Amino acid sequence: MTKKPLRFLCPNGHLGFAPIKTGSFYRGVETKPDFILADSGSDDIGPGPLGSDTSTSPLEWQKHDLEHMLLAARKLGVPMIIGSAGDTGTNSRVDLYVNIIKELAEKHDLPKFKIGYFYSEVSKDYLAQKMKKGQVIKGLDGRPDLTPEELDKTDRIVAVAGVHPYIKLLDMGADVIIGGRSSDCVIFAAPAIRAGFPEDLAYYLGKVLECASFCAEPYGGKETVIGTITEKEVLVTAMHPEQRCTVASVAGHAMYERSNPYYEYVLGGMLDMSNCRYEQYDEKTCRITGPKFIPSDEWRVKLEGSGKVGERYIGIAGIRDPYTIQNIDKVIEWARAQARERFGDTGYELHYHVFGRNGVMGDLEPVKEIRSHELCIVVEGIAPTKAMAEEVAMIGTRQMFYARLPEVKGTAGGAAFVVDEVLPASPAYIWTMNHTVALDDPMELFPTFLTEAGK
Amino acid sequence: MATEKLINLAKTIRSKNAGTDKITFDIIFREKENYELVKKSGVLTPETICKLYGISQERIVDFVEFDPAYAIKFTIYRQRPSGSPGESDVFGCQQYAPLLDLEIPLE
Repeated sequence: MTKKPLRFLCPNGHLGFAPIKTGSFYRGVETKPDFILADSGSDDIGPGPLGSDTSTSPLEWQKHDLEHMLLAARKLGVPMIIGSAGDTGTNSRVDLYVNIIKELAEKHDLPKFKIGYFYSEVSKDYLAQKMKKGQVIKGLDGRPDLTPEELDKTDRIVAVAGVHPYIKLLDMGADVIIGGRSSDCVIFAAPAIRAGFPEDLAYYLGKVLECASFCAEPYGGKETVIGTITEKEVLVTAMHPEQRCTVASVAGHAMYERSNPYYEYVLGGMLDMSNCRYEQYDEKTCRITGPKFIPSDEWRVKLEGSGKVGERYIGIAGIRDPYTIQNIDKVIEWARAQARERFGDTGYELHYHVFGRNGVMGDLEPVKEIRSHELCIVVEGIAPTKAMAEEVAMIGTRQMFYARLPEVKGTAGGAAFVVDEVLPASPAYIWTMNHTVALDDPMELFPTFLTEAGK
Repeated sequence: MATEKLINLAKTIRSKNAGTDKITFDIIFREKENYELVKKSGVLTPETICKLYGISQERIVDFVEFDPAYAIKFTIYRQRPSGSPGESDVFGCQQYAPLLDLEIPLE
């Protein structure tokens, strides 16, 4: 007997980053999907949120999305699943989301339901012990293997979960799941695998749904799509009246944000999309067949780590004098020299972003000559304390005002300031880890918990 | 020889992070004809990408002609991980601009 197809509603590719568009969401909800799911995390946002254990998304936007999803899921009586809670999936973000769900249950007087959640933070001690025992923490993407020194520079680490904690929490009877850091596709793959669908198709279902309407055209983010899994195929349908999932939009999405469009690695294996076939199924639906999941012979989990570099202030300077623009490097060198005179050569960082020349692309910029009639220079001062970072940014910015250029006509000030001060910015962090470590068990780093909400 | 700018032949030209250490570039065509034209032109190869961006071959991780999507895709290593101090494109999403004006021979 063939299995009843399951339908997965995804309203958002990074929950909280910008609010979901509710029109297409409720259009999707009316079709009575079997699951409502969204991924909430990303390493795209830089190392700051992980390192400082904060969200990059406003609390109100997170609540907005969770509220719509929770109310729809409870009304339909279907599971709601969120992966990589609160942008980073750290333990504090999981707790935050669990509490929001509880508050929402109370606010809306919802009948009692079960919240399952799991953590994914990894302690530095745990990794240090593994290294002492001779285990290699392998570098990804050209990085060297982890050294004790690099581990020492790290403030916070998350491991990227596979399907396992999600399947376990569904088995425990969770109605809502709030996940720690996870591969985007596994939150969709887990319920499909648990329901007995082939892993080949289940992981592909997750792959295509993880960014919601990014797999549809025309371009438009935060719109709902619905994925359907059968025993033979995956179907993906756009819910926005103007959007369609086409062969081009879905095949094109396979390559989004990845180095190679054919392979997707998760804890426990790799999804091979080399032999995927894409067909137009109906006006708004693309049909995909042929993905292949290849289980790995060991449990290797990806680790993301972030470490603080220092406190940071930002200065902003405008330049309009054409002679100064042509000699901008000399102006910057003058300002740097003043910082060196005050603080020496090390113990702080001073960076210049010259917008109007190569502020966006840096060394990758092929246009070498300055063609702008004005420049905006963003000065980044980084130092161990806020006071010093403020002073570094201030010297770096204000000394552009006093730069000594021999031929300059205007001598009353060499830079225009929007504000005559420097601005406090988020502390500077760096990705210290993009590595993998072997596990004895795929659940080893992902403890699961169950709690209740509603009454 | 008559040429056409890549921007006028492609549907999408974009760049984006692929993890913390890489930026990936996608050039996607609506029609198979334009895809094949650009593929055969020899204008987009690892060598020409290196020249355009002023980088060495070692910085190119992947270069794929992706027939199912009529797309050409390449990925480069970043100099420093995304969001590092001194970096100005956290998402890596504004690095594609130099590709737009590439002149593709029409024959």
